Amino acid sequence: MSMHQRRLDMKNGCVDLSHGAGGRAMAQLIAGLFHEAFGNEWLARGNDQSAFDVAAGRMVMTTDGYVVSPLFFPGGNIGSLAVHGTVNDIAMAGARPLYLSASFIIEEGFAFSDLKRIADAMGEAAREAGIAIITGDTKVVERGKADGVFISTAGVGVLPDGLDLSADKARPGDRVLLSGSLGDHGVAIMSRRQNLTFDTEIISDSASLHGLVADMVAAGGAGIRLMRDPTRGGVAATMNEIAQQSNLGFRLQEEAIPVKPAVAAACELLGLDPLHVANEGKLVAVVAPELAGAVLAAMRAHPLGRDAADIGEAVADDHRFVQMATSFGGGRIVDWLSGEQLPRIC
Amino acid sequence: MKYADEFRDKELATGLARAIRAKADPARAYRFMEFCGGHTHAIARYGLEDMLPDNVRMIHGPGCPVCVLPAGRIDMATALAERAEVILCVYGDLMRVPGSRGSSLLKAKARGADVRMVYSTLDAIALAEQNPGREVVFFAIGFETTTPPTAVMIRAAEKKQLSNFTVFCNHVLTPPAMRAILDSDDTVEIDGFVGPAHVSTVIGTEPYAPFARDDGKPVVIAGFEPLDMMQAILMLIEQVNDGRHEVENQYRRAVTASGNQRAIREVAEIFELRDQFEWRGLGSIPASALKLRPAFAHLDAELRFAMSELVVADNPACECPAILRGLKKPVDCRLFGTACTPETPIGSCMVSSEGACAAHWTYGRFRDHQRRLAS
Ligand code: SF4
Repeated sequence: MSMHQRRLDMKNGCVDLSHGAGGRAMAQLIAGLFHEAFGNEWLARGNDQSAFDVAAGRMVMTTDGYVVSPLFFPGGNIGSLAVHGTVNDIAMAGARPLYLSASFIIEEGFAFSDLKRIADAMGEAAREAGIAIITGDTKVVERGKADGVFISTAGVGVLPDGLDLSADKARPGDRVLLSGSLGDHGVAIMSRRQNLTFDTEIISDSASLHGLVADMVAAGGAGIRLMRDPTRGGVAATMNEIAQQSNLGFRLQEEAIPVKPAVAAACELLGLDPLHVANEGKLVAVVAPELAGAVLAAMRAHPLGRDAADIGEAVADDHRFVQMATSFGGGRIVDWLSGEQLPRIC
Repeated sequence: MKYADEFRDKELATGLARAIRAKADPARAYRFMEFCGGHTHAIARYGLEDMLPDNVRMIHGPGCPVCVLPAGRIDMATALAERAEVILCVYGDLMRVPGSRGSSLLKAKARGADVRMVYSTLDAIALAEQNPGREVVFFAIGFETTTPPTAVMIRAAEKKQLSNFTVFCNHVLTPPAMRAILDSDDTVEIDGFVGPAHVSTVIGTEPYAPFARDDGKPVVIAGFEPLDMMQAILMLIEQVNDGRHEVENQYRRAVTASGNQRAIREVAEIFELRDQFEWRGLGSIPASALKLRPAFAHLDAELRFAMSELVVADNPACECPAILRGLKKPVDCRLFGTACTPETPIGSCMVSSEGACAAHWTYGRFRDHQRRLAS
């Protein structure tokens, strides 16, 4: 920080409209809070953009907005989520994430201390993922015009040669692999909303998955047809999307799908289906049958894929139904969710 | 998925399915109505239909309090929520219920009405305390199960002397609806009922005795786990085979004959019967719903806001009335899956996930395709 800039009052201060006005206050906020949290050579140069070397081969790019409420939840906050979510969108192509941008829309009155927690979590998530947040933007809006803070991030990554994952590539007979238990993130968020309290602390699964993906690609290569992270809409939405894009159906085995007892209990209580609940650190992969065993073994060898499971297969089906054999012995459809998940009354 | 294992054990289920197949006499048909939407949902969600022989058919009854709420009551609530001074508190699944002309509380909220989703009656009380300058109205809905919590809330509002809190009461009763279905001329033949356990935890099994005794219909009160359902179906088959018609209690773990006397007393002190109440799909049924007693008139939203009863005709193409009486199946409705889906519900059966149409659309429609292939 340069000499003429005063330190932010981290303990008691809050964001006001001047922090978005482009003047000294804004410079203070950016240097004193974001640069410190993200700390890297690109940001330190203080330009409106950052130059970086381009690797040979194909690049991938993605962008995403984060408007989560509450901002802080068991297992993370909106900052770490913004990094994990974008890293995962890149990783689902089989790519290695390199750089992120971060853009903040902050509500007037937002406490510096909370903003710092968020920025620190972002910086830490980025360092853990081995990537850098190399450009950003800050806007401040009047009180009441944003729910505390909104973050949007964009990311770029590079794709290894020979990989071309895409949701239209599933074929009948392919196996469906899931990297771990369902619903942890959505239930962790819900547990902090609206006076809902659960006996067990359920922690969000929010995590960067590119390391797991790299191991899977090493084991399965082009035998991996596609990968998706089942965020909003859960696994149910993801499987229906793939079914539409690949023009086939799926047959899942309910018994094979891991759900933590505490998550299952919370879902029961709220009348939710874990298949519809959001995840932020899980992936679904559709893999050629002959390589499924090897990819599954690679997943299980990685800490983020310890509980990975083969949950079903792709089948020819003009109706593109995602069907599931229930753990009870019957059959049913796994459908998209209609509208928001609303708890039932009885 | 592995949870609530003891009530969802596959081996036990397979054993029960085997017993049902062994007991069901192939020479006759068994038509059982599960009254409650929770049961409908369990049947669809766990694919129980696949485990029953063809001559055992489940008929989906009217028992989802959201499904049977007529459009007029939603319109009344919407008009209330649109008043500037009002905060309307509702349970989540009411938000999407269509009123007339495709309106809903969700849409009213988007247009600026102050509609708040609450998870318990206590949230509504807290809102009233936090907003002394506003009128907080709780949209009370549900069968006998949700009535005691509303009663508790009304007591709490009294005790706290809240002057800005009222209840829009839409509580309905299950036995009169069952009676209406049995007495209606155009009803499918029913060989027995699966009664809702959560209702009986409050009112006991006794109120169902007349159906068994006078109408000769076996009733088995059952829980909502798939094993509960399977066991109840087996018990009904045994009654039919033996020529018995009794009220049996599958759900001994929580239900007694006389119910929860304290809750019954509390409810009786606060509520009284309405002469008539409109049920979506079933029409007006006498003595089938509750309103606040005169002693609690100051907490009655219908009185405080001089709400007048709105009656709206349902879409004439909607087959809900026939579905709720077991005469038709969801696929018999030509709106099913075309104009009417869970995203754009037209009739009540599509509104809540527990409605017969929604349950079939969400979980079961692959079977129509299988049937078409087979025939
Ligand atoms: S499909 Fe829709 S319109 Fe038809 S009966 Fe069912 S709810 Fe009514």
